[in-house]
Amino acid sequence: MTDVLQFLFMGIQRGCIYAMVAIGFNMIYNSTGIINFAQGEFVVLGGLMMVTLTMAMQWSMISAFLAAVAFVTVVGILMERLTINPIRNPTVLRLIIITIAVSILLKGAAMVFWGKGSHYMRHFTEAPPIEIYGATILPQTLWIIGILCLVVAGYVLFFNYTITGKCMRACSINRDAARLAGINDRKMVMLSFALSAGIGAIAGIIITPVIQMDYTRGALLGLKGFGAAVIGGLGNSMGAVAAGLLLGIIEAMSGGYISSHYMDAIALVIMLGVLFLRPGGLFGSSEVIRLKEF
Amino acid sequence: MSKPILRIDSVRKTFGGIVALDCLDLSVAEGTVTSVIGPNGAGKTTVFNLITGYLAPTSGVLRFRETPLNGKKPHAVAALGISRTFQNVQVFPTMSVLENVMVGRHLRSRAGMLSSAFLPPFVRPEEKRIEAAARLWLEFVGLTAHADTPAGSLPLGNQRKLEVARALAIEPDLILLDEPASGLNSRETLAMGELIAKIRENRITVILVEHDMELVMEISDHVAVLNFGNLIAMGTPGEIQENPEVIAAYLGE
Amino acid sequence: MPIKDYIGIAIFLAIILVIPFGMENDYYLGVMVFAAINCLTCVGLCLLMGYAGQISIGHGAFVAIGAYTSGLLTAKFGWSPWAAMGAGAMLVTAVAFVVGVPTLRLKGHYLAMATLGFASIIHTVTVAATHLTGGPAGVLNIPRISLFGFNLDTDLKFYYFSWMAVILGLYVAFNLIHSRVGRGLRSIHGSEDAAAAAGVNTTAYKIQIFVISAVYASISGSLYAYYVNYIDPDPFGVMHSVLLVTMVAVGGLHYVWGAIIGAILLTLLPELLSFASDYLKNIGIQYQPDYDFLVYGAILLSIMLFLPDGLFAGFAGGFRYLRRLAARGLKWKTEKKAAACE
Repeated sequence: MTDVLQFLFMGIQRGCIYAMVAIGFNMIYNSTGIINFAQGEFVVLGGLMMVTLTMAMQWSMISAFLAAVAFVTVVGILMERLTINPIRNPTVLRLIIITIAVSILLKGAAMVFWGKGSHYMRHFTEAPPIEIYGATILPQTLWIIGILCLVVAGYVLFFNYTITGKCMRACSINRDAARLAGINDRKMVMLSFALSAGIGAIAGIIITPVIQMDYTRGALLGLKGFGAAVIGGLGNSMGAVAAGLLLGIIEAMSGGYISSHYMDAIALVIMLGVLFLRPGGLFGSSEVIRLKEF
Repeated sequence: MSKPILRIDSVRKTFGGIVALDCLDLSVAEGTVTSVIGPNGAGKTTVFNLITGYLAPTSGVLRFRETPLNGKKPHAVAALGISRTFQNVQVFPTMSVLENVMVGRHLRSRAGMLSSAFLPPFVRPEEKRIEAAARLWLEFVGLTAHADTPAGSLPLGNQRKLEVARALAIEPDLILLDEPASGLNSRETLAMGELIAKIRENRITVILVEHDMELVMEISDHVAVLNFGNLIAMGTPGEIQENPEVIAAYLGE
Repeated sequence: MPIKDYIGIAIFLAIILVIPFGMENDYYLGVMVFAAINCLTCVGLCLLMGYAGQISIGHGAFVAIGAYTSGLLTAKFGWSPWAAMGAGAMLVTAVAFVVGVPTLRLKGHYLAMATLGFASIIHTVTVAATHLTGGPAGVLNIPRISLFGFNLDTDLKFYYFSWMAVILGLYVAFNLIHSRVGRGLRSIHGSEDAAAAAGVNTTAYKIQIFVISAVYASISGSLYAYYVNYIDPDPFGVMHSVLLVTMVAVGGLHYVWGAIIGAILLTLLPELLSFASDYLKNIGIQYQPDYDFLVYGAILLSIMLFLPDGLFAGFAGGFRYLRRLAARGLKWKTEKKAAACE
């Protein structure tokens, strides 16, 4: 019982992060139809920047949080303006390689500014771990769950109850029609990159106290986040949240009961399995996949 | 009609909630030019996609000379002797005009990966035959002068001719032309009509989806009219022009 | 194969033969060997990405499988290096089939992510399966390979051996490109629907070329093992797969020569950068090897933004432009002469 609970808590903790990364992928996918390979780097940058602001510069948690998110959001906007927006007649291959290039660039920048070591950041609240039926859950994990809920709530509110959010949804459903209705689709794309980067940063910030962020984390986090997005049905963010949590829990359980060495591979094997057998995801439909461009 | 070359029996195609084809029954006689007309959304390109294997019918059977086409992949349909052109023209833009047509000879040649990679001298005679046949079909459509031009740089009219040449290089028994005159001026459309007549002279059956009524009425032996996924009339051009239902549906001449 | 390709190979061969005479020490020969190994992988990858139009960000995994198979069979089981290389190629063929069949049904981004995931899984296995692969410690004491009785134990001998392998790989690639198969591949890239309508079995071709490109990678992995005589998981991480794509993209996705250029350039880049860093120090910039990633990313991004068809296309375009200028200059000269004579 203790073990199961322990793995469950660990799984939820990781799952929340995968869910957020997946939401980031989905937002850009919905507005542009492309997969942003640099998504994982947004997470890393958020975490590393937060470390610098809180540990080296002694800022308060709140101001550092906001500043770090703002910083990565700006990076996301720059990426869209400089590398995506100017391309006329993009081909799939070219866009993929461009986002890969940006991810290499960001990773390189992270290595230059933060070095190769891993970085420790103190937890949001200095409280002792909580005991439940013999398993311990860190207060940071509660922060992680709480912030995920806030992000999801914000997401739902934004896309369903604000004009801008509805405009973005319109753009993703039918870009030409949205343009005819007067929506500036180019701005919507930029907004989607900004939001993706911001959410990625939040994910990086809240997980860094637990895993000690370093510049190499981006690739695996991005891959697993993408896996969650696929399992939930690409473009479906509610599905992504459920899938992220599921993936995190399965990963933690396998790590605990089968082997911790192969833990990373297991999540990816699940992703491949879903891609091969049900590319529409657990919560998507296969017709939808054929109608979308890629 | 003596044994039809193509038979569509009670074919129904739905996409989620949308009914593209309701209950289509259609027979095409061998050696004829049959045009399929109808307002936009009537299901015409869907029929082509069903015949050539890009889509599978929700129910019903499509038959090519007694062989059912259901579930066959496009290249298998081509191997049976059916070729097609596309509504938005699909040439291979970076390949030359000649190479485009040579792709059409794919099914009439055999060299595989291993022999091509390691034994080029053995493969050369076949390559020469492929090139010679391709040049014949280029001449048939009148594009010999452009043989070495990259296909993507041709004007639309020539690209459509190229697509026809490529489709003919397969030496099909049945060829499906999807809006071959779309985007062409009246002179080019006349040339396309002459090309279609030449194809019929070579005893290849033609099914044509077209919006250009002059071309349709001029060149067709039979005309089938689709509306809302159903066949509402079938007959000679003269009969169709008189048919009140058709006129009601969209001719409005 | 058209004449210009034969000429290209001949010139290339000549350059290869001459280079060692200009090398001051064996270290640079070693770098050139690594360049050759990367070239071989990239030629195969170029066939897949540039001609058939399929993406793979996972080819490092096939290099790894080739290297580990060769290393383990020779070091632990005493196989002959050639037999082990063949075994590696056969294993990779099987794996590529198994991976390719479900994966190549996916399009664009899905395919890219799936291959990336595959590479990551293989890397995890090389690190974790300690009893099989030696884990992080790797496989030691891999014997050298010999050709016609010559034991390839010096940098110079391996240099010639590896570049001959590249030339052989080029020959095979050119044969494929200029054949019915090559046309079929290019037609798939041009328009998959039209290719299928013309009778090309697109799925079969994609899988076959995927397997062929994997075999190229496997052989290059075996060469690596026989050169360094030691392998560990480090060089075969996900980053290597990404780097391979970078090499092909920077050099020129649609031209096999582009893959060669890209592979040579990016393999030599760390050396070039350390030369440059001495120069940069004089003007006050401290360049460290840590900046390498940044430079890779910047180069790839710049090429993709400004020269999307790669350096080779840029050179070819540059040549054409110069030729036109020369022709125009000649015309202008003769017109002037004609005018002066009147």
